[in-house]
Amino acid sequence: MTTPLERDQESRLLKAWTPPKGWRYWSEVNNTEVGVWYTATAFLFFLFGGALALLMRIQLARPGGDFLTADAYNQVFTVHGSVMMFLFAIPIFEAVAVIFLPQMLGARDLPFPRLSAFGYWCYLLGGLFLCGSIFFDAAPKGGWFMNPPLTSAYQTGIGADIWLLGFSFIEIAAIAAAVELIVGALKCRAPGMRINLIPLYAWYVLVAAVMVLFAFPPLIAGSMLLELERAFGWPFFDPSRGGDPLLWQHLFWLFGHPEVYIIFLPSVALLAMIVPTFARRPIVGYSWIVLSAVGTGFLSFGLWVHHMFTTGLPGVSLALFSAASEAVAIPTGVQLFCLIATAAAGRVAGSVPMLFTAGGLSVFVVGGLTGVMLALAPFDFQAHDTFFVVGHLHYVLIGGALFPILAGLYYYYPLVAGKKLSERLGTLAFWLMFIGFNVAFLPMHLLGLRGMPRRVFTYPAGAGFDALSLSSTIGAFILAAGVAVIVWDVLRSKRGQPYCERNPWAAGTLEWLQEMPSKPWGVRSIPEIDGRYPLWDQPDFERDVDRGRFYLPDADEEKRESLVTSVIDARPVQCLELPGPSFVTPLAALTIGGFFIFGTFGQWVLALLSGAAGIGVVCWWLWTGTSVILSQPDKDVGLGLTLPLYVSGPSSVGWWAMLITMLADATAFLSLVFGYFFYWTVRDDFPPRGAAGPGALWPCLAASLLAGAWGLTMLARRFNRLGRATGFHAAIGGAGALALGGAAALLAGPWSTGLEPTSHVYPATVWMLAAWAAAHGLAGALALAYCAARRLAGRLTARCDGDLENTALFWHFVAATAVITVAVIAGFPLAA
Amino acid sequence: MKNAAPEADESLWLLAAAPAIWAAHFLLCYVAAAVWCAKFAGPAGPLAPARRAILALTVLALAGIAVIGRGGWRRCRLPPPPLSREFDTDEDRHRFLGFATFLLSVLSAVATVYAAGAAAFMRDCR
Repeated sequence: MTTPLERDQESRLLKAWTPPKGWRYWSEVNNTEVGVWYTATAFLFFLFGGALALLMRIQLARPGGDFLTADAYNQVFTVHGSVMMFLFAIPIFEAVAVIFLPQMLGARDLPFPRLSAFGYWCYLLGGLFLCGSIFFDAAPKGGWFMNPPLTSAYQTGIGADIWLLGFSFIEIAAIAAAVELIVGALKCRAPGMRINLIPLYAWYVLVAAVMVLFAFPPLIAGSMLLELERAFGWPFFDPSRGGDPLLWQHLFWLFGHPEVYIIFLPSVALLAMIVPTFARRPIVGYSWIVLSAVGTGFLSFGLWVHHMFTTGLPGVSLALFSAASEAVAIPTGVQLFCLIATAAAGRVAGSVPMLFTAGGLSVFVVGGLTGVMLALAPFDFQAHDTFFVVGHLHYVLIGGALFPILAGLYYYYPLVAGKKLSERLGTLAFWLMFIGFNVAFLPMHLLGLRGMPRRVFTYPAGAGFDALSLSSTIGAFILAAGVAVIVWDVLRSKRGQPYCERNPWAAGTLEWLQEMPSKPWGVRSIPEIDGRYPLWDQPDFERDVDRGRFYLPDADEEKRESLVTSVIDARPVQCLELPGPSFVTPLAALTIGGFFIFGTFGQWVLALLSGAAGIGVVCWWLWTGTSVILSQPDKDVGLGLTLPLYVSGPSSVGWWAMLITMLADATAFLSLVFGYFFYWTVRDDFPPRGAAGPGALWPCLAASLLAGAWGLTMLARRFNRLGRATGFHAAIGGAGALALGGAAALLAGPWSTGLEPTSHVYPATVWMLAAWAAAHGLAGALALAYCAARRLAGRLTARCDGDLENTALFWHFVAATAVITVAVIAGFPLAA
Repeated sequence: MKNAAPEADESLWLLAAAPAIWAAHFLLCYVAAAVWCAKFAGPAGPLAPARRAILALTVLALAGIAVIGRGGWRRCRLPPPPLSREFDTDEDRHRFLGFATFLLSVLSAVATVYAAGAAAFMRDCR
């Protein structure tokens, strides 16, 4: 029986969390809405990529096929691979995590809802831009890994630019989502959910999101270099001017191989939630699974050269990467054994999610074993660039990602729609997909071993490919029929179907607290956790949550709130007020997207204007929606606990977001530094004999000025804490001036010695590094000006100094970037 | 070994320490071999100096991993928990982090030996 107090609390919570109506609905930022848009969009892109695959299979069904021209075929396979990797596999991980991670952690939302929404709008815009290009015969056609010199010297259309700029834009959004997910998993768990109690899904998301931070920046750096060559003639990949196309392959695969695991790990994470539910027992080997997730995350960064075994690297390099490629099978196998052991130790109930789980694992094991074969360099020499690799990668990705995602779709659909999908249609879809998949992709291994290269648009009759290729086409259509059944199952009207009961699978984890149909607040009150499966282990748990007997049962100011907790033991440290709906996020995506889209068409003035507008919108977003100082310093959150409403520094989510973002930024920078030393290693003419470097004077002056700016920033933080306004403004003004001077001095180095970036890769690389560091100096100056303005406006005080703490953290990285840049461009030529 | 384990004494960074040593070892081996072959020995030159460097790096890396692994092992050898419980004490968390650190150290040691094996079998830069 609900009391009047509880009814009032519910009504206030409802007011705070109900999405806006009408067209304003699209300003919503709550994870349940944004996550569903994200997931639905990812599935639409998946269907588009799948349709392209069918076009390819029609073309290859018979020898001498003329369904597609060679050029159209090139566009189709490039867009198929790119869409599936960049617009489906990675975003679906982030999309699903945005919906369910907060609920699994007992949080009301992730810590930066507007960042999630911004990421979604960037993704939608970039995805439509790329997919749309194929309808104008303008799509990229260099394969999903876009190797130069094919994509630099031989493809003059805008296809490659669309790929490079469009995906850089989407990758920035992916990094934003990763920041959100990492901070969410570390800082927004229900009180008591210690690090050893968090759902395995959260561990996997944490590992995969950290991998995004270190995997995507090398590709962003590589894309920047390739676009600079295409647009402005800086010869990073042109051997006639000192460049080397292999640098692209290093940077691409430094992203590309970890990406496979970024796709695979969150998908296995879904299985780690599903299998215990249907086995009716806790997971076997929790610690071992954490080992395998973290271990796989690390080892996957030591595999990239196994995509480059045929590029002529020294044997010892091949052996090193071959060994690491074999080693990664150990943690990968451990997690599969844990899942099998859980199922074997429990009483497994048959269901569609378990069908897809079993199917996915069996397919993935085949893909894993052919992966071990390909990790052996001598075998790879034979199979490289053949259909064997196509068969292998689809076994890995469809078994390791698509089937688990579909298992997750059938498992979690009731949480989104309040109703179950059909068991009968799900079973039919599974068998169609499983049979179709194997009929389509198993023959590809044989095709490859018989010598059929990948990416050929046709083949001659009688070469031994005819029957196998036809089988692949038939299988592809059976697979597509299975997908069509799922689409029908999702879209069919369920009006007459009653809502399913609460926790329909009798699961033990927190997300199944949700009522059917769901309420927008996520969780009625934020519970205290003392086990891994609270719904199984904690008596009267559901009732206590529903009656508002835990934290934040009310929204007395009708504002959206959640708790911030400590990293290890999830002790509550802050009551976090979350931002509500706003159109600032699509506006930011549109203006920043404009930079990339205008850039694609070579309209660099418009691009810069749009980019500047984007910076303005982001500043407005920050100014109005972040680090807001509230009228009261703290709040009673229930259970006799009072928490501060404002915290700064390492206790705050903003500080962690800055740290994580800067780790990604530093990785991109180190990728550029890697480029410098790569050229030095492989080229005797780097630097060219007698070439003028940037000199020592300007770079050293720049490093000194930027180090001085860093010092004054720290001083400004100190003065602010002491409440000394004059000292603060003097220090921060000085820091800003030194930052601008340092940025100018960095550029003055190569400018004063007349380094011409189009003449050779050496001046181009020096300019690139100097410009990167200078841009950071400018960004640092902007951040300082922002802090000064905030203090003048009374939005930053001695106690509420989150912006300044974050700026100080940013400046640690700026200073390190400047010093390393100067050491490389000015110091290394003297030492080498 | 004290049983009480306050949160302030724990760190997630330690979990990543052994794999980070593997990563550093792996990268240094790769760079040492690549620079040696490209800048000094030539495409068919001998690998001996690079192999010696890799051996030294391997000994250092394994020693570092062993120290971290031993720390993890000591932390997870607290008195074992009863069979049916919810793992919600400081000791449980302490034991979990120790055990995960230990397991990651073992994996890192195996992967480091794998990498060193590459140098053990290669004699020149071809």
